[in-house]
Amino acid sequence: MDREAIDALRAGNPRAVARAISAVERGGTEARAIIAAIYRYTGRAHVIGVTGAPGTGKSTLVNEIAKLYRRRGYRVGIVAVDPTSPFSGGAILGDRLRMQDLHGDDGVFIRSMATRGSLGGLAAATADATKVLDAAGFTVILIETVGAGQSEVDIAKNALTTIVVEAPGLGDDIQAIKAGILEIADVLIVNKADLDGANSTVAALEMNLNLKPKVENAWRPPVLKTIAIKSEGIADAVEWIGKHRAYLEANRLIEIQERARLRAELEQVVQRELMARLVRGVNGTQIDALVEKLAAREMDVYSAAEKLIGALPI
Amino acid sequence: MADRPIRVLIAKPGLDGHDRGAKVVARALRDAGMEVIYTGIRQTPEMIAEAAVQEDVDVVGLSILSGAHLDLFPRIVELLKQKGMPEVLLVCGGIIPDEDIAALKNMGFAGVFGPGTSTQDLVKFIREQIAARRAGVPA
Repeated sequence: MDREAIDALRAGNPRAVARAISAVERGGTEARAIIAAIYRYTGRAHVIGVTGAPGTGKSTLVNEIAKLYRRRGYRVGIVAVDPTSPFSGGAILGDRLRMQDLHGDDGVFIRSMATRGSLGGLAAATADATKVLDAAGFTVILIETVGAGQSEVDIAKNALTTIVVEAPGLGDDIQAIKAGILEIADVLIVNKADLDGANSTVAALEMNLNLKPKVENAWRPPVLKTIAIKSEGIADAVEWIGKHRAYLEANRLIEIQERARLRAELEQVVQRELMARLVRGVNGTQIDALVEKLAAREMDVYSAAEKLIGALPI
Repeated sequence: MADRPIRVLIAKPGLDGHDRGAKVVARALRDAGMEVIYTGIRQTPEMIAEAAVQEDVDVVGLSILSGAHLDLFPRIVELLKQKGMPEVLLVCGGIIPDEDIAALKNMGFAGVFGPGTSTQDLVKFIREQIAARRAGVPA
């Protein structure tokens, strides 16, 4: 990417932003050059994660939250992740369908991403796509994860504020005390609150929060009700997102959280890079020979792994 | 990189009431390993062009049943050019009279697929066209 393209990206030119996201998605040297060129312009946006089970209304909620931020003058970037088929490698990216109110506005940029094999609820390039939007001057960035189960918690590492969306009727109070996705919530939203059972879902989530040992000055996630399709409860949600950010700022937690996130990202990139070198560096016949030894019970899997890694030029 | 999945926008301009055919196409392209951005019915030309740009797609696939193709499609093609995507592969389908096919091809539609088209033929067409484009113009 040349100087001109970087300037266009920073000016928020949609074509330049879109092409940069494609490049970081492809990875490789061009992706690295783009990130190297824009990195110093990042770190300004409030990155908000929106996660929850399929069908809870994440996309509709993102649409509503985005509209409200737009009315308040923020430029809003959206990254919406949907799953890649493990069988064909293809994907249906359908989140835009629920975000049609946002068209025709240069202050909004929506990008759909397929997971392309990543687990954890995001695509491998989601963090880099977020950097592109950040450098392009989008001051609020909403990341919508795939429909998450219980352990797709990567969003918490990528967002400053994480919203977990629930809907009535998805489980009892035991579901609410399980580990995983509920633990990452900074804001809990019970969407579709006009359906039966909304109050008991709120009560189960509140009970779960009350069971948590009290820590002085700790953030307690609010449990909010919304009906996104009717734009109800959105102002409240946005107010709490703001309160969460203010809390982090007041307690100097933004710096701490950012360092934790950067450390995790660095480790992840090192892991990915080592893996790529492993795949390039190891010869197939050596692996075949080791697999034979494993099958013959002549060597155990840890010793075999040690042997492979020991042979690497790293 | 050659192995980037082909990204396709499937949209229905105009006032069609249903999108069964477009969904069948979307599903078939997904099963062929493509990333399909699906925006559904009642799309304006502006919405379609904007989505194509933001999603940086390789292919824009339009489905239309209402008969308004000669009114709506030129505007879409024009907007795509204006927004810096003159090279995107254009295909369309739905209810399109034979006598309009030549006009659509002139407009820049590489493929016009009517009722009865096999999805496999469509997949093959898109793959060949994109392979040729990617070979000619480095990404």
